[in-house]
Formats: sequence, structure tokens, C-alpha cells
Amino acid sequence: MSLLMLENTTIRFGGLVAVNSVSLEIHEGEILALIGPNGAGKSTIFNLITGIYPPTEGNISFKGKSIAGLSPSVIAAGGVARTFQNIRLFGEQTVLDNVLIGAHTRGNWDLTGALLQFLPSVRREEGRLLELAIHCLSQVGLARKAYEPACSLPYGEQRRLEIARALAIEPALLLLDEPAAGMNPHEKQTLLEMVRSIRDSGVTVFLVEHDMKFVMGISDRIAVLDYGSKIADGRPEEVRANPAVIEAYLGKGAAQ
Amino acid sequence: MLPAITASIDPYTMQILVNIGIGIILALGLTIITGLTGQLSLGHAAFMSIGAFSGALLTIKTGLPFYLTILFSGLISSMVAAAIGWPILRLTGDYLAICTLGFAEIIKVVFLNLEITNKALGLTVPTPASALAMPLTVLIVVILTIIASASIVNSRFGRALKAIRDDEIAAESMGINIARYKVQSFAISAFMAGVGGCLYAHFLGYINPSDFGFLKSIDMLSMIVLGGLGSIPGAVLGASLLSAAPEFLRFMSQYRMLVYGALLVFLMVFRPNGLLGGIDCAELVLRKLGVKPRSAARKQEDTQ
Amino acid sequence: MILQQLINGIALGSTYALIALGYTMVYGIITLINFAHGEIFMVGAFVGLLMVEYFKMNLFLALAASMGFCMILGMVIEYIAYRPLRRSSRLSALISAIGVSIFLSSLAMMVFGANAKGFPESAFPSHQIHIGSADISTLQLLIIGVAALLMLALEFIVQKTKIGKAMRATSEDYNTAALMGINVNFVISFTFALGSALAAAGGVLVGVLFNSVSFNMGLMAGLKAFAAAVLGGIGSIPGAMLGGLLLGVAEVFGVAIGYSSYRDAIAFAILVLVLLVRPTGLLGQKIQKKV
Repeated sequence: MSLLMLENTTIRFGGLVAVNSVSLEIHEGEILALIGPNGAGKSTIFNLITGIYPPTEGNISFKGKSIAGLSPSVIAAGGVARTFQNIRLFGEQTVLDNVLIGAHTRGNWDLTGALLQFLPSVRREEGRLLELAIHCLSQVGLARKAYEPACSLPYGEQRRLEIARALAIEPALLLLDEPAAGMNPHEKQTLLEMVRSIRDSGVTVFLVEHDMKFVMGISDRIAVLDYGSKIADGRPEEVRANPAVIEAYLGKGAAQ
Repeated sequence: MLPAITASIDPYTMQILVNIGIGIILALGLTIITGLTGQLSLGHAAFMSIGAFSGALLTIKTGLPFYLTILFSGLISSMVAAAIGWPILRLTGDYLAICTLGFAEIIKVVFLNLEITNKALGLTVPTPASALAMPLTVLIVVILTIIASASIVNSRFGRALKAIRDDEIAAESMGINIARYKVQSFAISAFMAGVGGCLYAHFLGYINPSDFGFLKSIDMLSMIVLGGLGSIPGAVLGASLLSAAPEFLRFMSQYRMLVYGALLVFLMVFRPNGLLGGIDCAELVLRKLGVKPRSAARKQEDTQ
Repeated sequence: MILQQLINGIALGSTYALIALGYTMVYGIITLINFAHGEIFMVGAFVGLLMVEYFKMNLFLALAASMGFCMILGMVIEYIAYRPLRRSSRLSALISAIGVSIFLSSLAMMVFGANAKGFPESAFPSHQIHIGSADISTLQLLIIGVAALLMLALEFIVQKTKIGKAMRATSEDYNTAALMGINVNFVISFTFALGSALAAAGGVLVGVLFNSVSFNMGLMAGLKAFAAAVLGGIGSIPGAMLGGLLLGVAEVFGVAIGYSSYRDAIAFAILVLVLLVRPTGLLGQKIQKKV
């Protein structure tokens, strides 16, 4: 079943075509990896899906409905969560608060609720959100650091915190932008198992990653981007042997 | 009992206390939009002005009970804020600040030219219809404002505001509708400024559009910067210090703005967090009372 | 009639342009709205006044002296109040700038008193020259002339000199410029110096034009000039010139039509409108955000 679909999606920045008529499908329950040389447009595709840029041409649909041109907050509320390539945590705030903000869409009470916090309904919601946040923190192993400021965490834990925050949306689709970047092999192994268990809990995962070992170890399918166009799409073994992919990464000589 | 207490405080001290009270209300209002949501409003005096004149005119023309006048002044200010907020809050940092400043100047010029606000002559404000003495009313409003502000900080709404302050793009990606929350934050800030303005007008007995210019906005900003941006206790402390200071430093009143200016620069360069910014006051108090606070675990880890 | 107002507007607008240039250059290079810029304009006016009144300098020397003094003042301000905050949040830098602005205007009030002062009669004897149906005073000619000259000089520095190239590089990409070996601190100081010199010139010229120099002339002129810079496109030097001229003309025509009591509000109305409708201004560039 198709959860997310890009149909001939294109975006131009002035004269530069960053994403060139890319068609891609993500099936529910799978782990899809997007790889490609630097500057190929991978993060741009994430930004297109999450609504930070509207596509110049083509369509993007989520759960069967078009999401092209919608604002990021609407798309997130619809069940699409993401992490960022350059970590974007709310640094000064605590670990727990970061995840609570992630849980924002799971609540309803706004200004009225803020002023009338003694209402049972408001208190119940706060309790529910707190429980959700702690659950997400436990999933990434950071529950014991709940009250630390986010900026005090070591790099690897900050990446995990971003994932916890994204999970608090209770998303159907989780976009991970280079989640293993800067991690040592031990951390990467932990991450791999974490991503697997996230998928097993019912979340479809779409990730961008440079670490080939990681990608091969975790993906059900791989899509390859080069200069904004998709050049391959299939199971890891197929993609690995694809001459166009090898050429994109290593040049013409290596492909032969 | 309360009337007895209020009677026993001499008028001079009472005046200072009321000024502090009004200052606290204004500072808390600005804290919501600037301290919590991170949107610098350099024209907040305009909402104080709108509240002051609305309140004054309501009392003059209708003689409504005071508590209603206060409420309506706040509402009128917040409605104006919501109206101009939609287009303006799309702007980023510096532009937004200047735009609010421009708006405040426009309001000032308009009020200086309208018949109903008595142009440059200003309005004399009669005593409002109230069962309570003015100082008591101010005290009640201050308490309500502090409770409201503290509640906002620790709520889903407040968390959304802080997220917007820290990283708009990340906040939006977490499902927070930036525009809507900014406008709401702006509106509630303006409500408080309007209430403060209304109290100010009735306490002072006379208002003039020129009272609510750029310098007044800077007064409010200085209070929350001194106290620590985003901190409720900080806003209270900053407002108290800066409202009381002119009285105690009367001998150097001509130096006041000089000191303000230098103070702002000094604070930003050496202590951008102000006096209480970045300090979790609740935790501090708990620790003094012997209750072990949550992050004590971290302190122990650090020392290992 | 229209020609007369046009002349008046261009003369006034030239002064706005001079101040606006400082704003736009500083914003272009360190993305800071130098709130204190208007006060430099005011200080420039006072220095010019002092030179003419007490040192009996002629206007041109006074202009030069004022520009020199304010160049130094601008650099000092940058060093004390902005440089330490370069890595801090924009809010901190903006608040610091406001602090400097308040400090300077209060200082001026303390030193010179609250009343406006005028230039002595002998400063620049002004005659009227007839052009068609309008009069243009030699003073207005002076203002337009000096402003045009200074703006040309600025264009020359920015486009044709090595330091100008460094300025353009730094304003385009601060970090890369530093990596290329450009001494960014020096370039920034230099930018402040240039902008302040122009503001000072504007101050002297406005002081003579309206024959009034007071401690609070900085705030209003600064805000209006900022409006002009935004109108023309903040960060764009030709934009600041264009914006200044347009604003001056708009203000003069607005008053002529009958909105004289709303005179100051005209600039703010334009400012708010531009920010809402077309924030990049007439000649500014749209910046694509990178996520």
C-alpha cells in the first residue's frame, strides 16, 4: 500500500533545477533509503515532502491525498515527522520539553487551556502528553536525562533526541535526514536497531544517509538520486550492482 | 482589614507601589510576545495607549463599572493587535521590530490629531465607578496577570510559543501553526498592555498621546531585558526596580535615560540573560526549602 | 507648483538618502539595523554647528570635521556595542543598538539642552535662483550637490577599490570572506566609518536646511531614513539613494496636499506598507532560505 507518492515532482530555484521530475513511492511499513552524491537533492526532497518548499511542478500525495503546497505544520499534523540534517533542537530547553513540543499535535488546548489549567480536561491532556513524551524518550534511551538542557547532550544523544521528538508526533511516516552522521560504529549499531524497532512499531521510515553499510543493513528498498534525478530504485542488491549508480558515485571508469 | 492597610500607607509610597504594579502588568505583557515568543515589539506603548484612551473614553462617556472598563480596554487593544498582527507577524526579527515601531508612531500621530482624543491637549480622566480603591484594583489585576502569565509559560500554548522563539522551522515541522500562535501571543500581550494603560490612565488622571511614544516602549523593554527575557519573576523584578528607581534616584532623573541606554548595552554585552533569565526560580526556591530538585542528578554526574 | 515641490522633495530626499546609505551598508554587511545611526546624524549636526559657531569654520570645513568625528564615533560604537555581540542573537544586537541610541540622545540633551539651536546667519548665505516657475535656493543646490558628490564617491569606493571589493564580499558571505583572508573586522569598521561619515554630512546639511539642530532630531530622521532604505531595498546602495529621494518627495507632496500634521506618519505609513507588500523593497534581492 502506497503511503507517500511523488509524481514527477520538480523544484526550481531560479535557474537551478534542484529536483528534476522525480517519481517515487513509499510503501506502508517499509524502510526506504534515499542515497546519492552530495548536492544531489536529497534534503530538498525532504523539504518538499514536509512542505518547506512547494514543488514547482508535479504532485506529492500522502495517504492518497495531495499535500503539495500545504504548510509544514499541516503536513506534520497529518502524520509526517522529520529530523534535520543539521540538528535543530530547542537547545535552551530541557530534553523533555523538546519532546513535549513534538507532541504538540497530539493535544488541543490552546490559550484557554493555558489560562484554565485547573480544568480536569486540561490536566488529563497534559498528563497524556507527558506520558507520550516519556514513552518516546524511553524508545531512544534518553528517559533518564529528561530534565537536562538539550544543548548539554553529547552529539549522538542529540540526534536520538531529535528522533524522540519526531516520534512524539505519533507519525505514520518518519523522515530521518542523515541520522547516523557523526556517529561511531557502536552508536550506529544502536541506531540501526532503534530504527528497526520503530518500524516494527508501525511507523514507515524514509531516510537519507551516506553510510552505505548502514543503508545496506537496514533498508528494504533504496532510491538513488543524482543531480536532482532519480537514477535507480529497487532492492539493495539490485541498486548496488546498478552501473548507473556506480558511475554516479565513482565515475565512469568504475562502472565498467 | 485591607482598607485599614491601604489607609496606613502614605500617598507617596502608594504612588510608587501602584506604579510598580502597572509596570509589572506592562512588563508581563511584553514578556509574552518578546520574551516567550521571541518577537521583538518596539511599539508596545501603542497598545498601552489604545487601552488608556479606550478606558478613559469609556469612563468619560459611559461611566461603566471599572472592572468592565478595564476588561474592555484590554479587549479593544487585543483586537487591534490581532488585526494588525496577521500581516505584520509574517516579518522576521528586525523588520518586525521596526514595523511595530512604525505602527506605534502612526497611532501616536493619529491620536494627536483626532477630535475624540482631544488632540494634543490630552484627556483628563475622571474617577471611575468602582467599589474598590484604585490601589486595591491594581493589586488584584497584578496578581491575576502574574497567575495568567505563569500559567501560560507552563502550558501547551506556552511551549508552542517557546518553540517558535527558539527555532521557527523546527517548530513548524512539529505541527505548530506559526502565524496563528504569533497572532494569539501578540493579542494576549496587547490585552495586558491595554489593561495596564487603562489603569495608568485612571490612576494618573490625565493622559496625552505623547506619553506613549518610543521611549515608553523602551521603558517596557528595559524592564524585561533587565529582569531576564522570558522569565516571569524576572519581569516582575525588572519592572519593580525600574518603576521604583526614578523615585529613589530622583536626584539624577535627568540621567535616567542615559543610564537606561548604557544599561541596555551593558546587559547585552555582559549579561544577556539579565538578572533572572535562565534561572529556574521555582527550582531555586524548592532547593532552599530542602526539596531535592529534578536536575540534582545531573549536578552529581558533573562532579564525578 | 509641482516643480517647486519636486525640488524641495529632492533636496530633503537627498539628506534622507545620505542617512539611508549608512543603514543599508551596515545591514548588508552584518545584518544589523544600526539603531544608533540616527543619533550619529544628530551628533554630526551638532559637531557641524559647533565648528561653525565657535571655531568660525566655513561650512565645508565644518562638514569635513563633522564627518571625520563621526567616522570615529561610528567605529567606536561598533567596537563597544556590536562586535561583542556578533555571535549572539539578533535580538541582543538590536537591543544593544537601541541602548546606544538612547544613550547618545540623552547625552546630547544633557550637554546641549532641550531647545533646538540654529546655525548662525553667516553659515551659508542663501540666494534664490529662478528655474521656470520655481525657485531653488543655493542652499538646496548645495545639499543636492554635496549629497550627489558623496554618493558618487561611495559608489566609486564600493565598486572600484580593493576595500570596496572586500566590503561586497563580506556582505555576500561573511564566513567565506574571512576564510579568503579578508580582515572582516577591519572591513566592518570601515563600513561603519563610511556610513557614519555620510550620516554626519546629512546631519550638517539638514541642520542648515531647517536651521534647527536638537537632541531629538536623530530618532525621527533615523526612522525615516530607515524607511527609505527599506523602500529602496535594504542592502542595496542604489536602493538607499532611490528610496531616500522618493521618500523626500512623498513627504513634501503629502504636506503640500494638506496632510502637514501627519507629516511624520507618512514615512511610517510607507515603511509599514513596503514591509507588508514587498519587504525586499524596490531594488532589493529576495533571499531563499536554506533548510
